[in-house]
Amino acid sequence: MTHNHLLVLAPNKPLPVQSGALARAPVVEVLSAEKIFPNGTRALAPIDLTVGAGEFLTLIGPSGCGKSTLLKLIANLIEPTDGRILWWSGEFHKVETAGRSLGFVFQDPTLMPWARVESNVRLPLDLAGVPKSESGERVREALARVGLEGFARHYPRQLSGGMKMRVSIARSLITEPDLLLMDEPFGALDEFTRNRLDTDLVRLWWERKLTTMFVTHSIYEAVFLSTRVVVMGAQPGRICRIMSIDEPQPREEGFRNSPRFGEYCRALSASLTEVSLAPLQA
Amino acid sequence: MRPLSESQTAMSIAAPVLVGVLLVAIWEIACRNANIPVYLFPKPSDIAEKLWTEGPSLLTALGMTLRVALQAFAAAIVLGTLVAFLFVQSRAIEMSLFPYAVLLQVTPIVAIAPLIIILVKNTQVALTVCATVVAIFPIISNTTLGLRSVDPGLVNLFRMNRAGRLQTLVRLRIPSALPYFFGGLRISSGLALIGSVVAEFVAGTGGRSAGLAYEILQSGFQLDIPRMFAALFLITLAGVALFAIMIGLSKLALGQWHESEIGAET
Repeated sequence: MTHNHLLVLAPNKPLPVQSGALARAPVVEVLSAEKIFPNGTRALAPIDLTVGAGEFLTLIGPSGCGKSTLLKLIANLIEPTDGRILWWSGEFHKVETAGRSLGFVFQDPTLMPWARVESNVRLPLDLAGVPKSESGERVREALARVGLEGFARHYPRQLSGGMKMRVSIARSLITEPDLLLMDEPFGALDEFTRNRLDTDLVRLWWERKLTTMFVTHSIYEAVFLSTRVVVMGAQPGRICRIMSIDEPQPREEGFRNSPRFGEYCRALSASLTEVSLAPLQA
Repeated sequence: MRPLSESQTAMSIAAPVLVGVLLVAIWEIACRNANIPVYLFPKPSDIAEKLWTEGPSLLTALGMTLRVALQAFAAAIVLGTLVAFLFVQSRAIEMSLFPYAVLLQVTPIVAIAPLIIILVKNTQVALTVCATVVAIFPIISNTTLGLRSVDPGLVNLFRMNRAGRLQTLVRLRIPSALPYFFGGLRISSGLALIGSVVAEFVAGTGGRSAGLAYEILQSGFQLDIPRMFAALFLITLAGVALFAIMIGLSKLALGQWHESEIGAET
């Protein structure tokens, strides 16, 4: 409804390609961070990137462009070779004392096969020492949020791929993270399931005012989800272009069929083609 | 799908039983037709008769052997698991000690059993030590492999949630290792029995603490071949029973989640 309305008002509005300064408070600041692996591979050239509160920022690019590496740097799973990263304008070890937390969703559901769905979702709380009396209710809420109310007592093997991914998302949300990092979470799913999960994810992100960073290979997914798309290039990994998707939120299924969606996809696709050809010309 | 899986279970019992009955029947008929003397190769009926008449003494002997085997099995589980935990603490420890575990494995127990029996005064303890040496290796190697075979994604997840060393061990490493550990148990249970029988052979113990190996030796000396076979039958039966118990335990522990226990119904 809303975007149709907008289309009538501005049918030929030019696509914003480059995004300038952010009005939002910074959640993550990547300051000339660079990553060279011990074997000499230069995964990331020095990169600058600021993610504002409440943004849905997507990283897209050809294989080997360092998007997963960048996400892992921000998750503090690996350390930058040079440069630095700030979380809420501070060092990583201050994140917890500041009452902030990160959630991470991996490429695979990464569930413990020996534990029931409820135990898998409760794991972050168990590890943090939250008593069962309190965590039980939160597990129920988290499962309801991803539409898996009736599956608490199931084992992961009894669920479909999409349902396992939902469990994984419920687990990452149970700590009430302020920043959600997702590394190609729906890459292995069929398009139909992926679209449904994307729609659910947008709703969750909007309702909970989550700051989200999302890695994907899919142009459609990037356009549908993001407030900004970061196009990355390979050899070495670098940021080539940042594209704003200024469309009303929260987005619904209808957005996929709107002409604006197609325009964004074409523009993004053109940037990606340019980026993947660049090393050949060099 | 239920009737099919039930009929499959029935098949998995009926088929081997049928083969067994057939083989025993052929054996019986062949021995009868060829008139093979009982001291050369006894008929199944001769062995069954011995089992019936000599039952109490053979069962007592079986009890002695089983006691040694179970003690050795328990010792192998405890020591083997401890060694595995030690190994996964650091690669350096594993690298420096693993070759000696292999050494233990490849040394023929028949060769070192006399030494152990001389060194250890108590015969029972000496037998247990021999059987433990035979049974321990599968537990060490399987449990070590299991403790190392942890999904790297889950390791990252635990790290991201700031899990402690103990939390990671109890909640991640031990559950991941269980399927491997139970695989080790299956092999080790049989080896403990074989180890105790071999050790008894070497020790040649007589008197009150005589096990089944001693009964086999004695029967051989007396040319009581049916009795020898009867003793052998009991050892085999005990081995199969141990194996079945291990499978049952493994089903109990892993049945809910591990692929090896689930089959293809889902």
